[in-house]
Amino acid sequence: MSDVRYTRDHEYVRLDGDVAVIGISDYAQSQLGDVVFVELPAIGKVVKQSQEAAVVESVKAASEVYAPVSGEVIAVNEALEAAPDTVNADPEGAGWFVKLKLSNPAELDELMDAAAYAAFIKTQA
Amino acid sequence: MRYLPLTPEDRTEMLARIGVPAVDALFADIPADKLLAELPDLPRRKGELEVERALSRLAARNVPAGSVPFFVGAGAYRHHVPASVDHLIQRSEFLTSYTPYQPEIAQGTLQYLFEFQTQVAELTGMEVANASMYDGSTAAAEAVLMAHRVTKRGKAVLAGNLHPHYAQTIATVSHYAEVPLLRLAPHPSEPDDILATIDESVSCVVVQSPDVFGNLVDLKPIAEKAHAAGALLIAVFTEAVSLGLVEPPGAQGADIVVGEGQSIGNPLTFGGPYVGLFATRAKFVRQMPGRLAGETVDAEGRRGFVLTLSTREQHIRREKATSNICTNSGLCALAFTIHLSLLGEAGLTRLARINHAAACDLADRLAALDGVAVLNESFFNEFTIRVAGNAADVVEKLAARGILGGVPYSRLAPDAGLDDLILVAATETSTDEDRAAYAAALKEVLA
Amino acid sequence: MNREGRGATAPQSASETGPATFTGNRALDLEEGLLFEIGRQEVTGVDLDEPAAFAPRLGGLERKAPLGLPGLSEPEAMRHYVRLSRMNYGIDSGLFPLGSCTMKHNPRLNERMARLAGFADIHPLQPVSTVQGALGLMKELSRYLLTLTGMDAVALPPKAGAHGELCGMMAIKAAHEANGRKPTIVVVPESAHGTNPATAALLGYQVKSIPARADGTVDVEEVKKALSPDVAAIMLTNPNTCGLFEPDVVAIAQAVHAVGAYFYADGANFNAILGKVRVGDLGVDAMHINLHKTFSTPHGGGGPGAGPVVLSKALAPFAPAPALVADGDSLRLVEQQGQAGAAQALGRMSAFHGQMGMFVRALSWMLSHGADGMRQAAEDAVLSANYIRASLQDVMSAPFATRPAMHEALFDDSWLEGTGLSTLDVAKALIDEGYHPMTVYFPLVVHGAMLIEPTESESKASLDLFIATLRDLAMAAKAGEKERFLGAPHYAPRRRLDETRAARAPVLRWVKPQAVAEAAE
Repeated sequence: MSDVRYTRDHEYVRLDGDVAVIGISDYAQSQLGDVVFVELPAIGKVVKQSQEAAVVESVKAASEVYAPVSGEVIAVNEALEAAPDTVNADPEGAGWFVKLKLSNPAELDELMDAAAYAAFIKTQA
Repeated sequence: MRYLPLTPEDRTEMLARIGVPAVDALFADIPADKLLAELPDLPRRKGELEVERALSRLAARNVPAGSVPFFVGAGAYRHHVPASVDHLIQRSEFLTSYTPYQPEIAQGTLQYLFEFQTQVAELTGMEVANASMYDGSTAAAEAVLMAHRVTKRGKAVLAGNLHPHYAQTIATVSHYAEVPLLRLAPHPSEPDDILATIDESVSCVVVQSPDVFGNLVDLKPIAEKAHAAGALLIAVFTEAVSLGLVEPPGAQGADIVVGEGQSIGNPLTFGGPYVGLFATRAKFVRQMPGRLAGETVDAEGRRGFVLTLSTREQHIRREKATSNICTNSGLCALAFTIHLSLLGEAGLTRLARINHAAACDLADRLAALDGVAVLNESFFNEFTIRVAGNAADVVEKLAARGILGGVPYSRLAPDAGLDDLILVAATETSTDEDRAAYAAALKEVLA
Repeated sequence: MNREGRGATAPQSASETGPATFTGNRALDLEEGLLFEIGRQEVTGVDLDEPAAFAPRLGGLERKAPLGLPGLSEPEAMRHYVRLSRMNYGIDSGLFPLGSCTMKHNPRLNERMARLAGFADIHPLQPVSTVQGALGLMKELSRYLLTLTGMDAVALPPKAGAHGELCGMMAIKAAHEANGRKPTIVVVPESAHGTNPATAALLGYQVKSIPARADGTVDVEEVKKALSPDVAAIMLTNPNTCGLFEPDVVAIAQAVHAVGAYFYADGANFNAILGKVRVGDLGVDAMHINLHKTFSTPHGGGGPGAGPVVLSKALAPFAPAPALVADGDSLRLVEQQGQAGAAQALGRMSAFHGQMGMFVRALSWMLSHGADGMRQAAEDAVLSANYIRASLQDVMSAPFATRPAMHEALFDDSWLEGTGLSTLDVAKALIDEGYHPMTVYFPLVVHGAMLIEPTESESKASLDLFIATLRDLAMAAKAGEKERFLGAPHYAPRRRLDETRAARAPVLRWVKPQAVAEAAE
């Protein structure tokens, strides 16, 4: 999974060709607790890096999910509507949120790789 | 002082534990030059007897509805409330409890809210309802903001025959929240031109039925046109008892139904506290304002209830909340629920029929008078008369004769140029004699 | 009432040792089904005679299908709702130390006064000549509120605290508009009540958050940094949500006014300063007053409340309709924007004139207490909170304890470190001890906050037993008696409820089981 990059807000982006798969990290889901609802954007929406791309809700909190990179929304994970617990069970796999068509691949360079993110989490405890 | 249990000795001991010499030390953060030594302009404490005397003197300067022939409505209605309702809502555990944030010791409140939500949904013909709003007018304003969120469109259209106070309440919030409004002109007896205003820039149309003049409105064509344009229909009622007899707004295609619930379970009390009803379709539930009770299970698998979907609310989402509402109208909702469960469908239907019959009888009596025209083709328990003369003067003259005969429309909307209209309501609390007395007095006044 | 706590041998819990019952009831602990399970559509608890035959005029809009509403006879209804009430905890049940909610005693005299026919049975739109006593009551209530706050005007219509807050902020926006200004920012401290940013956002303002000082109060220098001509207002709760009086409040007000902004004070914690200091003397421009907190109109399980707003001279012209005006010997209501006496009114907040039922109760409370009793109430509330903090700070951790508390004692969860227990567990264990928990996890600026507001209604014996209970729980937590906490509550009508399940697949109404089966087919 060396092609996964992370933000300081605990989103991840995994590259699949020129498509970026976006979700929240395993650390983020563990901090949120049981996810009960995910609000996803409309397909075709253009989001800029660090703008709100989705909202994830637990029982007690609602958190914005910011786009780690800019691009156009080409798919959303509709399965989360019926099974939001997938975000807890498999955040970086089946629990993905949004797929973006990248508009500026250079933005990826600003993000942390897995090792840097692991070190970053340690500073958050 | 009878409400303060601490004695001077207690206070001395407590100050010693805290380690300060006097209570003033605890107020040390208040700038010394602002601290008051006393409150010179207010009297000292009073015993129960004195307070009761003082307040009874004020109460005696009002004319209670029950003491005279009474026909005032226009958004608040006098109905008989069974004695058991008031007894039950004064149970300590209901009256002195708080918002049920600790569900394990608030199942009483949570279960009745769940029952209330179900009753409101059934009564309005909708899928879900919230645990109540402040009143009908604020519920209407919240509905407009919700339609704005759902459709992501700006403009709301308000029917001309929407209660002017409701229109003003919506207009106030819309102005400050910067949502554009189109308010149509009132039309007491002609058909509406609202269909022509619906296009793809419109977020919602707000239509009241029975409307402020008492007319029943067929919502189905409005719903059709609104849905074709991608707008929502917000149906408003101010008299919940009408739903015992009239087709529910949900069955006519409404997307959001809001109304005043006062007339079931709650006294007039000069305008408040009342209880706002708010119902919608299940797919909009996450955009709905207000509290919601939901069913779940406890750690032993027993059914129980909790406040749910609270991430929509201000204490979690703060500036992203669906509304800034914190308090609802819990105890009034309880009164509504108890009264409606005592009525049941059979009782509600009969109550509604009695109301309609009383209004039909009164309309016939008044229509027979010279100088009076009943404007309505259809109505429930309230209708509008046009009088030869100024309506406000007529109502005052009736009051001088000991009859509270209705609301001059000009009091609700002074600039509408409709100065000869009186809104007249007759509920089950009016007797044959009351209605005869009204007709006789109005004849005298207009003579 | 047990004033001593448990004896040397704790009595065994019957609910854990007794046999299961057939009904699921346990003597006085009674289970109760839903109205829809016990009621029947053909039953009614109200005797009404069918009207004589008449021709309906419903314009063809008669209801065609049944609604599905069940009915109960009166004995069934009494039993159903009495049983439900017994699953609730109220102020009359015991100490209700819910911080920032001011759960004080609700005198029953106030209930009796609100039910006088001259108040309960009058219509908001009957001729004003027939409701002079009601208007007189509103005027007297206004006089009390203005005297207690030192402000210039009061708007009675708002229906609750958050509604009052909306009204006050609308008045501020209206004042800016009248001055030809359009500032876009509202400054809110991090410790604010959640309604503050929600209200500002509803009015289209951007919220600028400012941090608190290490001692839990707002630094005037931080406020100054956030201020600019683009700031419309600051919203400040004082005493603040940490239970502290803001010592810089006068300087903050001056700085805010210097940039042309207004000072909105959240009056949620007015109880602490009642009769001790007038907010008008501190530079406040608008403040809502929760009559259901400070003036003890009952909370009623979450409302109705009442939230009149007091306004400074600068904002007085922007009060909403309706307003009360003296006209010689009588009083009248100015009900429309633009009528004489309401030149720049901000509009209408709701259909009628406000929460009259709450006005009667609040005035009854004020008359009963008088000037001396109200000051004493504030002092006792503050004294009791400080007493609790002083009695517990050796076993629980009290942040910001360098300052006197006002009417609330704030603790964080650092004393629970290493116990494996959370603030929530302590709250639930308190339920088993027969208390309503304190406010938990608020304010957000403190980790695992526990906010205790005893109010002035508790005797010293009651406070002492509560303190002893919390000390015992603290010792138990540190001694590793986890089961007392993690499984709690053990003795409430329900054990912990599954909130995740409720939120993932919301069930918000009862549905006829048969209909469920049909839908599944």
